[in-house]
Amino acid sequence: MALTKEQIAQRIAKEVKDGYYVNLGIGIPTLVANFVQEDLDVDFQSENGVLGMGPFPFEGEEDPDLINAGKQTITTLPGASFFDSAMSFSMIRGQHVDLTILGAMEVSQNGDIANWKIPGKMVKGMGGAMDLVASAENIIVAMMHTNRAGESKLLKECSLPLTGVKCVKKIVSNLAVIEIVDGSFKLLERAPGVSVEEIREATEGNLIVDGDIPEMQF
Amino acid sequence: MINKTVSGVQEACQGIKDGMTFMLGGFGLSGIPENSIAELVRLNVKDVTCVSNNAGVDDFGLGQLLQKKQIKKMISSYVGENAEFERQMLSGELDVELIPQGTLAQRCQAAQSGIPAFYTPAGYGTEVAEGKESREFHGKMHILEKAFEADFAFVKAWKGDAAGNLVFKGSARNFNPNMCGAAKITVAEVEELLPVGVLDPNQIHIPGIFVQRIFQGEKYEKRIEQLTVRKRS
Repeated sequence: MALTKEQIAQRIAKEVKDGYYVNLGIGIPTLVANFVQEDLDVDFQSENGVLGMGPFPFEGEEDPDLINAGKQTITTLPGASFFDSAMSFSMIRGQHVDLTILGAMEVSQNGDIANWKIPGKMVKGMGGAMDLVASAENIIVAMMHTNRAGESKLLKECSLPLTGVKCVKKIVSNLAVIEIVDGSFKLLERAPGVSVEEIREATEGNLIVDGDIPEMQF
Repeated sequence: MINKTVSGVQEACQGIKDGMTFMLGGFGLSGIPENSIAELVRLNVKDVTCVSNNAGVDDFGLGQLLQKKQIKKMISSYVGENAEFERQMLSGELDVELIPQGTLAQRCQAAQSGIPAFYTPAGYGTEVAEGKESREFHGKMHILEKAFEADFAFVKAWKGDAAGNLVFKGSARNFNPNMCGAAKITVAEVEELLPVGVLDPNQIHIPGIFVQRIFQGEKYEKRIEQLTVRKRS
């Protein structure tokens, strides 16, 4: 069975290690915070100027002066701090953030990513994504393996305008965990009940399958 | 003490003309200069260029200037919440320059700091890099980005004093401090304008030297874009 968005987030949460500063993008990445092991010390950074983000506020306790990058009302945890946008991107470009998790419309086998624009149709902008992908050492992409028409989003080359070049290291999709190695998609894990053949069929780019591929553990 | 206090938003906006470039603080609708935006709508200033991370929503924030077609060009990083914006952009009525958010902040900061340009890795190999100089540092490619040149910066702070010192609250800080002193004239509107000496100098986020005009806003709606709450168990 292909993973739900929650399960993608749950699998990515296993990549979050003790002592990490983590930036979560909008969409599936935001859900990752719900699945991080409680005994880990992890700080979430929001690019609009918050380090140490907490859960959503209780009803009636929301503060319009306290939001995340998705413009959702949030809270802070003890030890949190606020700062301006330039300092926020000093944290990001300066590689002080340990892990970046973001969504994608397309990823290519050499690690290019496209997620900000569909010419003539959808133009929302890149927000902080270009700064994040240009600088982060450790980027995980959360995405669906194919689009609604069933076409692969893991491509030889991206067809949409790029957000960054050769920057994606790992992908967790609804079908697989994939690493980008030497210009190819290397299959690491399968979603439970999904065969290597199904993954191969859903992957337009070059897929390396080396030995037995284990099922994901949650 | 040099007194920066003006009588209100009308005096703060003196000298505004058609065709000018404005910087406006805020992230989404959080920390936007609500009173200054309302005055720009009332003045009906035309053909302006706005540097702002977002473009408000259809009926609030910069969306109000868009509705009246006062904006010629927007320079932003993300505009996803505004249908009228998207319509004007796709039809070509509005000139839009989308730039990376960190680059936007740094181009403000550079203007504030007297740095004419800087290299950043953000956008290398993308549309954003087209027509820009690129150069390798430490084995990695970067592109040259220039400081903004603006006529007015409109910022919003939580507290301020007559000397122009500012204190921000929560994530409403965002781009506001970076825009102070980044334009020829910086107009700061605050929720609470205090006499000098009340704010602790240790706690001031932006020193008054970066602010030319300060006033207490008449009212703040502080609209929430995405109200998200959890249930009490």
